[in-house]
Amino acid sequence: MRNIIDMTNDAAARAADPRFGRDGLNIVVATNQESSLANAERVAIAYGRGDPMSLPGMAIAVKDNIATLDMPTTCGSRILSGYVSPYEATAITRLRAQGAVVVAKTNMDEFAMGSSTETSAYGPTHNPVDPARSPGGSSGGSAAAVAAGITEIALGSETGGSVRQPAAFCGVVGVKPTYGRISRFGLVAFGSSLDQIGVFARSVRNAAIATYAMAGGDLNDSTCADVPVPTIPEPVEAYRGRTLDGVTIGIPAEYFPPSLDADVRARCDVAIEVLRGLGARIVDVSLPHTELAIPVYYIIAPAEASSNLARFDGVRYGPRAADVMDLREMYQATRSRGFGTEVKRRILIGTYVLSHGYYDAYYKKAQSVRALITRDFDAVFGSGVDALFTPTTPTPAFKIGAVTDPYEMYMSDIFTVTANLAGIPAISLPIGRVGGLPIGGQIMTRHFDEPRMFHVAAALEAALGGEAHA
Amino acid sequence: MAVTETDIRKIADLARLSLADEEVPAMTAQLNSILAHMDVLTRVDTASVAEAGADAITSAIAVARDVKSGGAPLRGDAVAPFPMDATAPMLAPDSEDGFILVPRLSTHEDM
Amino acid sequence: MTNWSEKYEMVVGLEVHVQLKTRSKMFCGCSADFGAPPNVNTCPVCLALPGALPVINAEAVRLALRAAIALDFTINLKSVFARKNYFYPDLPKGYQISQYDQPIAVRGTLRVRTPGETATHDIAITRLHMEEDAGKSVHDRYPRKTAIDLNRAGVPLIEIVSEPDIRSAAEAGAYLRTLKQILEYAGVSDVSMEEGSLRVDANVSARLHGATELGTKTEVKNVNSFSAVERSLQSEFERQCAMLDRGEVVRQETMIWDASRGTVRPARSKEESHDYRYFPDPDLPPLILDPDYVARLRHTLPEMPQQLRQRFSTEFGLNEAELDAVTAESSLAAYFEGVARAHGDAKAAAKWMMGELAAALNETGTGIRDFPVRAPQLAELLDMVRDGKLSHTAAKGVFATMRSSGKSAPVVAAEMAVTQVGDDSQIEQWIEEVFAELPAETARFRAGEKKLTGVLVGAVMKKSKGRADPKKVNALLSKVAG
Repeated sequence: MRNIIDMTNDAAARAADPRFGRDGLNIVVATNQESSLANAERVAIAYGRGDPMSLPGMAIAVKDNIATLDMPTTCGSRILSGYVSPYEATAITRLRAQGAVVVAKTNMDEFAMGSSTETSAYGPTHNPVDPARSPGGSSGGSAAAVAAGITEIALGSETGGSVRQPAAFCGVVGVKPTYGRISRFGLVAFGSSLDQIGVFARSVRNAAIATYAMAGGDLNDSTCADVPVPTIPEPVEAYRGRTLDGVTIGIPAEYFPPSLDADVRARCDVAIEVLRGLGARIVDVSLPHTELAIPVYYIIAPAEASSNLARFDGVRYGPRAADVMDLREMYQATRSRGFGTEVKRRILIGTYVLSHGYYDAYYKKAQSVRALITRDFDAVFGSGVDALFTPTTPTPAFKIGAVTDPYEMYMSDIFTVTANLAGIPAISLPIGRVGGLPIGGQIMTRHFDEPRMFHVAAALEAALGGEAHA
Repeated sequence: MAVTETDIRKIADLARLSLADEEVPAMTAQLNSILAHMDVLTRVDTASVAEAGADAITSAIAVARDVKSGGAPLRGDAVAPFPMDATAPMLAPDSEDGFILVPRLSTHEDM
Repeated sequence: MTNWSEKYEMVVGLEVHVQLKTRSKMFCGCSADFGAPPNVNTCPVCLALPGALPVINAEAVRLALRAAIALDFTINLKSVFARKNYFYPDLPKGYQISQYDQPIAVRGTLRVRTPGETATHDIAITRLHMEEDAGKSVHDRYPRKTAIDLNRAGVPLIEIVSEPDIRSAAEAGAYLRTLKQILEYAGVSDVSMEEGSLRVDANVSARLHGATELGTKTEVKNVNSFSAVERSLQSEFERQCAMLDRGEVVRQETMIWDASRGTVRPARSKEESHDYRYFPDPDLPPLILDPDYVARLRHTLPEMPQQLRQRFSTEFGLNEAELDAVTAESSLAAYFEGVARAHGDAKAAAKWMMGELAAALNETGTGIRDFPVRAPQLAELLDMVRDGKLSHTAAKGVFATMRSSGKSAPVVAAEMAVTQVGDDSQIEQWIEEVFAELPAETARFRAGEKKLTGVLVGAVMKKSKGRADPKKVNALLSKVAG
């Protein structure tokens, strides 16, 4: 095995490569080689001492909304320009304990509000597969970092598909664990009841290792579940050899609408046949409330965001507007200059749906419909279905600047938001390419059933082999 | 439920965002267009989940709670502040003698 | 000044914020202590740094439940923390975490006896909910700037909201004093208005006697003592009555109590359109209470003032005034009971506490908890008085020295040489000496002039430097006279 320091050096050098910086693909927004190397040295010593580690010397890139020491955490926003967190996210602490080394912070839609990484104050990230196209979002920088080979593993965050959609667009694996599987302490909140830290990797196996390295109860997050963390089957190759005998996979009709991109549908059909060939029982199922997911999501997420983003007021940290007469003007100037258009739009929507007279009609109603969406999943999983297979996105990666209507952009999350609303785990993995553009397939399972999700995904990944990337 | 420009100004004020006069019509139109997509929810029968809806507690949290067999976890009453690399005055844009300073609210009232 | 209360009725509802006596804050591990330099007791959570999350303090829940049980509330086994959204620089998150439509307790009552009235009145309490405190804004320290100290941000509070059941300023005062007493007994708070651990907002309106509809209310703020609450309510009531009498309409607004002028004035700040946009805090699952836990708290609640009065009355035969005095605070009651049990004469114990002890506490401004003379030591002093070893006057002096020296009553009495002398031969010797010094008076006394007894006893007491047992002196003199 290669020397831990050398591995970190190489990854840190890649992260600092101008091709991936502001004037290049604009994937990396911050590095700190000195700190990365110091961390690598600590890992090397501990590893040499024989400390057990699942990710010794593994360089990782981290989305700009997860608190790290020694590198800024700005959420792709002017309002946090230059802000360095004085504390570290639980997820990062746990990854470091397993030997991982943070080498870069990655670009993202401002406060994770977007599906294209175009709303970042740093400007858009370009998809390494085709620089004219978007890497998806909001975790576009982290997806691109893995696709471009800067790191093998990267962290993103999900609120409505912000890991799976860019994973699909960039041709890598993307995981959204069960809500409560990984502590949110240190993840800058967007929609607190939906947010979850996620993982990008080149392989399902590495995605599983990183997911489990961060998982487990945390007394600093009241919504983090204290459930046992699964172990990866040993030997890890066991995943690949396993068939899907006895596994029932549901194909929900609502995720294959007539409007679905023909190429996406074709690649999904192939994947379904592969799953059948592996021994899985394929059944048609229905999740009837799926079409309501986007309206529900775009009420709940902005509502929570409008409150979560109130703390960015220029009082305690971050830049403050100076040329003001009084406090009220300071608030307004700081926030109006600090937030971009999409963030302001969502704060306004969220403030509106929570305001007096509209709360019941919008927010409360959306929570009720959310319960119906969750019941759809409960019913399907309760009927003996072990996993669901769907496309991750309705289309392959679109061109940067191509989607201008906010609601049309919101619709690119249509197949992914349901897992966030229901809190279930979901993974996107490459199932082939069309015209050079990657297509993602999605697997969803019951709450806390990541082992089944990784099992099905790894089996499909192995069976598709090189075809997934061809 | 159409949003008016007055509504937009009011909610912008509540959110401490200032919109330029010329931004207001466009933002009003966008919000109306987005909220129009939400109106589909009003036609959904949610009687069967009235309780869940009334609680407005997210299902995901409810699941996490069941796993933990109980409600919110509680912590012991120990004085154990989470360690930080910097102090509050160091982080603040303006501070003196340990206080965080802000421009005075012009309408402030001591009470 | 018109006596408005003949025509109009005062209607008052009180909102009382009480700081719970926890070591750490409501949602983080920072110290909840006062007095630290500004912003020292802060962490990512109470500074609302990006990514920080709240976790509920179990002790705050326990104390809130104790308060709720002590006030006869119905406990909600499931309650929900919501976010109250508004911008203020001492509110770090831009929202306050506070229970809203599902509070931890509902429907309590407080039995109140207004001074001067014999009947009691049960005041209904709507709700008791948990919330976090804001930080402190200092407006006058720096020119054109407000200084923010977040040490208090996140300290646990309960808010106790009464129904508009209170009908006079005096009754409001009685409600507050009784509430404070119960909360102090329950051990949930320091309940000090001076230190800000108890804060009161009063809603007041006026209406014609017999009217069933409530008048427009105003909120009175900036009151920092119970008597200020009473005076501000009276003042605001009179202002409203005068307006109503002139046919004017009372505006719903916030009034500021100006203690120096003894009047209320409207708050200067522009009335903002408040819309708090409450919604359940998605960072906190509902608070679910184990019914067994609540039952255990119910059983471990200490005696409340009413129960204690009942018991002291039966067991010790104390009268109302004595009961008022010794049950004013739980620590005082415990002290009294300690003295009464050790000494045996509860009436004497109560009398001493109402006299000498009350004066001493008043003089030093300390509470009974910090008082140097503990209950067994006071009992020992009272024993000496009862056993004739100390005169009441001498005992006062001994008590004073016990307070400053911390020594026991027998030791102090011996050192001061004030132990009462009951020895007949010693007293007889003093009498002989007095007879020798006052031959004329002695002759008249021996001749049967009884009224001279006082003069001779006084002379003997003086000669003994107050140590002679006056009863013995009397008895021995009578023998001579007889």
